Amino acid sequence: MRLAIRGLAKSFGATRALAGVDLGLRAGSVHALIGENGAGKSTLLRILAGALAPDAGTLELEGRPFAPRTPREAALAGVRMVHQELALCPGLSVADNLLLGEEPSRAGWIDRKARRERARAALEAVGRAGLPLEAPVASLAVAERQLVEIARALRGAPRVLVLDEPTSSLPREEVERLFALVRTLAARDVSVLYVSHALEEVRALCDEFTVLRDGQSVGSGAVAGTSEREWIRLMAGREVRELYPHSPRVPGEVLLRGAGIELRRGEVLGLYGLIGAGRTELLRGLFGLGRPPAGALEFCGETGPRTPRQRWNAGAGFVSEDRAREGLALQLTVSENISLARLERFSRRGILNQRALLGSGATWAELLTVKCDSVVQRCGELSGGNQQKVALARLLGAGSQVLLLDEPTRGIDVGSKAQIYAWIDKLACGTKTSSPRAVLLVSSYIPELLGVCDRIAVMRRGELGPARPAAEWTEERLLEEAL
Amino acid sequence: MNGTPRFTRSPAFGPLLGLVAAWALFAVCAGGDFTALANQRLMLLQTAVVGTAAIGATIIIASGGIDLSVGSSVALGTVLGALVLRAGGPVWVAALVCILAGMGTGLLLGNLVVGRLASSGVLLIGAIGALFAARSGTLAALAVLALALVASFVFARHKSRLPLSPFIVTLGAWGALRGLAKGLGDNQPVYPASTGWIGDLLGGGSMLPPGVWILLALAILASLLLRDTVLGRHIYAVGSNEETARLCGVDLERTRLSVYVIGVGLAGVAALLQLSYLSMGDPTTAGGLELRAIAAAVIGGASLAGGSGSILGALFGALLMTVVDNGCTKLGLDNWVQEIVTGGIILAAVALDRARARAQV
Repeated sequence: MRLAIRGLAKSFGATRALAGVDLGLRAGSVHALIGENGAGKSTLLRILAGALAPDAGTLELEGRPFAPRTPREAALAGVRMVHQELALCPGLSVADNLLLGEEPSRAGWIDRKARRERARAALEAVGRAGLPLEAPVASLAVAERQLVEIARALRGAPRVLVLDEPTSSLPREEVERLFALVRTLAARDVSVLYVSHALEEVRALCDEFTVLRDGQSVGSGAVAGTSEREWIRLMAGREVRELYPHSPRVPGEVLLRGAGIELRRGEVLGLYGLIGAGRTELLRGLFGLGRPPAGALEFCGETGPRTPRQRWNAGAGFVSEDRAREGLALQLTVSENISLARLERFSRRGILNQRALLGSGATWAELLTVKCDSVVQRCGELSGGNQQKVALARLLGAGSQVLLLDEPTRGIDVGSKAQIYAWIDKLACGTKTSSPRAVLLVSSYIPELLGVCDRIAVMRRGELGPARPAAEWTEERLLEEAL
Repeated sequence: MNGTPRFTRSPAFGPLLGLVAAWALFAVCAGGDFTALANQRLMLLQTAVVGTAAIGATIIIASGGIDLSVGSSVALGTVLGALVLRAGGPVWVAALVCILAGMGTGLLLGNLVVGRLASSGVLLIGAIGALFAARSGTLAALAVLALALVASFVFARHKSRLPLSPFIVTLGAWGALRGLAKGLGDNQPVYPASTGWIGDLLGGGSMLPPGVWILLALAILASLLLRDTVLGRHIYAVGSNEETARLCGVDLERTRLSVYVIGVGLAGVAALLQLSYLSMGDPTTAGGLELRAIAAAVIGGASLAGGSGSILGALFGALLMTVVDNGCTKLGLDNWVQEIVTGGIILAAVALDRARARAQV
């Protein structure tokens, strides 16, 4: 066993983040670590990285006790990490990033020749010797940045490489290249701990798996011979009967017409395309956040471009793909974030009615089952899935009739995904108390589009194709159209 | 992008263009008065102090920090140096006191920024003790300082930390150091009988006085520091992404302490040059110098968010501001016009730099 984890536990105050984790990582194997957000994955990774000390339990690396006190110690012992939020210095050059903290030097002066050679060798190890050494990392594409980070992790010949959701920001065509690299590394006897939400990736890449739930390891075994249904059951702790509920829907009047889109009340329209095809720009343009789309535009009874504020007031709502930077004010509380788009409704002559605000926040947080201590907790402290529910709650609270959702389930756990799908279905169908809404869903995740949408259109290099019923599409046809 | 020559992509290229343009503009408008050799010399002299301070500001800003207390440190330095000279101390001791006062202040500010409160307290007590001990001799003062220094590093082993934002720390220092300078000088300038060779740094008859050479030498050293040393790479890394730097095993505290010791130490050198320029210690001198130093760094391509900054660019920035001041004077324009123009240049420089950065991505 390359890395053996036994009975690992860690508490923060009254919160038990880890309550008994066992995990065995074999030499040269790719081991999937799966679990919902909040299941304890990040705590486990921080302990492995030496950023956190466990309360109880043991770690053994190749038979010897492994208790790193700093990231540096963990790295020297042979455990390296590639973070989801790529941990690079954007202004520094590729070479400087590769050698950060390990600059070859004599008496404090950098040995420029050794620096170049080592940086070059590090890039060769990931098969990208051609990357410019002196270019600032900020000028590279996401996939290249990730390779720089992997190359940095591979310097010093790690025994264990931890990849934390490495595909969450990669375009699809880069994912295969990454998989090939991971397989090469495993063949070279590096053990890879692969953290992911995407079960099809686990299926395609990994040899073994461990499922975490509520801080405990609740199942592990060989990937071959385990069904996805079984994984979902282990992660959620219950049977998820239907991931994509699809109740009967009745299309009503047109709420959005323009830019090649026609969206009716009671309808979910999906937009598929490769990253960079222009879907996000289209959505933002419709909402007044960027260049408005060319041609005539009718949106919520208004014609022509409007500002985001006017869009909110007219009954449209927008969920950004970038939760951390745009979607939510992470420093503000759950209730503040939910009400941010309609503070006027809680104020009289500019004075806010705090009690009504908190009450409304609490109602929506409860309806969407946002897991938080209270609605005055800061959003930054919530897990990704719960943050996304807060973002959706803002639209529901504002009574939005047209919901523009940009990658609303990216990087969140299966349980939260299932809840968001259920809400989309509920909104499109309408209930006794509320009329059906219209949803425009941008996603790069095909199963979700096929499951949730009534119609799907494909965007390719800024050109939007015709929308066809979801039943007429297959995964292959969507890809074909997008490429 | 490959078609453009390499030097045009350097962050110092924009400020250089601005400098050349401003110089040419005044050369045409003000004529011989402005282009005279003696005036070039004067402008270099006028840039020495702010240029030295701007080098320090650039290093600090590149690390993601800021120093708002430069003007006050310079005033304190001139008063301390002048006091040593008035008491009959050797000239080299006065010079050393200017520079060491800067480095010591830097150490104190650095300790506050990284949150070593106990160390900061010890340094503060040591500095006050040294001022009293100075009455019974230089050696006694040095002994007290050395003791405080050792104690500060002993106390640093204690793990508790309360980091403070550099903005707040140096805003406090901006007031406190100025007050200290006034107290030491009894609210008035300190006139030494003679400033010895210190007076020649920015005086004397030579075309390029030593002070200008000191500025150039420091600029080269600082450029090498930022480009070719491990510390320099770590300064940019900490300013660019602190979390990543920590993750990669960069010693954040040591990097920050070094940054403030070097950066505020350069303000000490600026104090020495200012003492030479004034021939006296003046507790009210160099008001607003901190903002001019920061402006020079920003015109030179530094981002206040940290992670970038060019020494050469900052020098050009400092020269540009001198050229504008000097040129406006030669044209007979009032002081307030200079101030408006300088403000406009800062805004234009940053706007152009951002536009350029956007065009490159």
